[in-house]
Amino acid sequence: MVEIKTREFKANARVALDDPQLQRALAGLPGGLVAQRTAARDKLPEFEDLRDVGRDIRDHTLAHLDLYLAEWERKAVAAGAHVHWAPTAADARDIIEKICREANAKIVTKGKSMISEEIALNGYLEARGFEVVETDLGEYLVQIRKETPSHIIAPAIHLTQEQVEADFRRLHTHLPQDRVLVEPAQLVDEARKILRQKFVAADVGITGANFLIAETGSSIIVTNEGNGDLTQSLAKTHVVVASIDKVVPTLEDVSSILRLLARSATGQEFSTYTTFSTGPRRKADPDGPEAYHVVILDNGRSELLATEMREILRCIRCGACMNHCPVYNAIGGHAYGWVYPGPIGAVLTPSLIGVKAASNLPNASTFCGKCEAVCPMKIPLPKLMRLHRETEFDLGNLPRGYAFGLKTWAWFAKRPRLYHLGARFAIAALGALGGARGAFRALPFAGGWTKHRDLPAPQGRTFQQLWAEQQAGLNRPSQTRARS
Amino acid sequence: MSHPLDPRPRVGLFVTCLVDLMRPSIGFASVKLLEQAGCKVEVPLAQTCCGQPAYNSGNKADALALARQTIAAFDGFDYVVAPSGSCAGMLKSHYPKLLAHDPAWATRARTFAERVHELVSFLVHVRGMTTVDAVYEGRVTYHDSCSGLRELGIKQQPRQLLSSVKGLDLVEMADNEVCCGFGGTFAIKYGDISNAMVEKKTRNIAAADPSLLLAGDLGCLMNMAGKMKREGRNIAVRHVAEILAGELSDPPIGEAAG
Repeated sequence: MVEIKTREFKANARVALDDPQLQRALAGLPGGLVAQRTAARDKLPEFEDLRDVGRDIRDHTLAHLDLYLAEWERKAVAAGAHVHWAPTAADARDIIEKICREANAKIVTKGKSMISEEIALNGYLEARGFEVVETDLGEYLVQIRKETPSHIIAPAIHLTQEQVEADFRRLHTHLPQDRVLVEPAQLVDEARKILRQKFVAADVGITGANFLIAETGSSIIVTNEGNGDLTQSLAKTHVVVASIDKVVPTLEDVSSILRLLARSATGQEFSTYTTFSTGPRRKADPDGPEAYHVVILDNGRSELLATEMREILRCIRCGACMNHCPVYNAIGGHAYGWVYPGPIGAVLTPSLIGVKAASNLPNASTFCGKCEAVCPMKIPLPKLMRLHRETEFDLGNLPRGYAFGLKTWAWFAKRPRLYHLGARFAIAALGALGGARGAFRALPFAGGWTKHRDLPAPQGRTFQQLWAEQQAGLNRPSQTRARS
Repeated sequence: MSHPLDPRPRVGLFVTCLVDLMRPSIGFASVKLLEQAGCKVEVPLAQTCCGQPAYNSGNKADALALARQTIAAFDGFDYVVAPSGSCAGMLKSHYPKLLAHDPAWATRARTFAERVHELVSFLVHVRGMTTVDAVYEGRVTYHDSCSGLRELGIKQQPRQLLSSVKGLDLVEMADNEVCCGFGGTFAIKYGDISNAMVEKKTRNIAAADPSLLLAGDLGCLMNMAGKMKREGRNIAVRHVAEILAGELSDPPIGEAAG
């Protein structure tokens, strides 16, 4: 089981903010994935209209999910697929272990799959004697460092090139110590050579699926490295692990969504490889697996369908929300404490592991709205985070001091006469205290604020007070600050 | 409705709690601009806060009570105007959603929302204001606060009016649409992360080398002013309404008088 560290979010964030390597790696985001997406969007005049199309396809599919999954299964089985339904992560792990045993597997290669992270598959299989090899370069880096991905499409985005070089020298000890590893291409070459041997030796290849197509019974993966294709076509057994929300009705629909996916993710018009799998190898096929299994995971998603949280199931895992999130940009993905970081994690994680365990995630947002503005599926992420906050409030899960402050403030705010009277006195006092400097360096109840910045002092009288005086003809103050 | 003998539209000023408490001069600058735009301005006493702290903390019951209170307080006005994109966004975008399932209030919230405007966009789009009669000699940069930008589309309106301020040289900073890290209670609950965000912001502000930073939301302004004061940067901070109204007699945000 991947450890859930969502409760330690604040401490994790502090560590991340103090990590100069991580900060250097994160600093590349705005000029990288963010700028690339903007350029790709600007080159496609119908991009914003396509977002509506994408949203509508996904909404329609989710409204009829049972029908489309059943249709997908019918077509997939007709093409020779073995379809397995996994209500929980444990079920999915069991099913995959069984498939690996039946295949007498020793080496299991893996394409990139967030669902396999969600069910913590690697550790489970390794504990049962299988050698599991991640073949996406980023995933490979994360695996050899015994870390987890810090981003859903760029798992090693938290690493700098120097860290990768050091890891390769530390682990690839069979290679000459004096080899040159300066250029990114040299690092890629080295990883490729090692992974090629694994591809050929693998007994089972596990991939995720970006989509399942009901019309044809296919699964699709999109990659830039081609590692997914080698994973799924060189091993005798191909296992796809995908969640129930991955299904789309037709090839036409998936084409529309794919036009959004790569542009939103990396700014590419299309990913380098888009590979469709429909059943195992047929007689006339030049290559392909002898057996093709698809494990469909629910893990709590079907319960979301009947709630307002359903909209999160439109997600196509492009990562644009985290690339553009100022909080993610500040702390990276590991601080979020579980599989899905950034705004998608702030909504999905509490939905899957519970609001109590993950309460920090939906709260650690300024609601700046940038994630919703870039989401290719137009998921109202801030709204969904707010729904989690409502659940948290109703559960009484807020820190006591904060809850008390909030309720006291609301009590006054709901009584305007009392509120305005109280405000006069409070503001007069604060204005007198802070007026000489114009700002506070420290205030007892505002430590979270004044630890890092001054708090500008109030001018000393409330607008309502001054307005009332002006309306009564007393004075029109040239300066609104209280004179002492 | 406007009075039969007074053709001016009646505008109810939603002061916002921060302006009411912290910086009344923004309220007076707003009144001056609205009067210049031919409006009759009134300030209902039954208003307090738009309810965002409750709404964004998951306290829906209090958010609903404050929404109803605010809507009732502004009954009968032709327009409701707020010198804040965040609070105007709450009134305009979120009240109708909050009250959508309340048969007694759903329609009322919708028609209320239609009358709500953020100050600068109201001046430009509703009152057709194209210039202001104000002077400021110096380089100025403008931060686009998130809610105003993304909920209400406030981007060109302040720049259009600022371009008519005599002597004012508007220079855009890098990432002017990226959040400053305020986020209401976020700045206190997640102070470390908020600080990392505002540090990036003040670096971008300083790189534009302005003498004055402007924005349309006091929360963001207090965050950025407080950070720059702590960093010892010599850049004044004001609400855009103060410059547009030529109301500069009060010291900038976070500065002492005299």
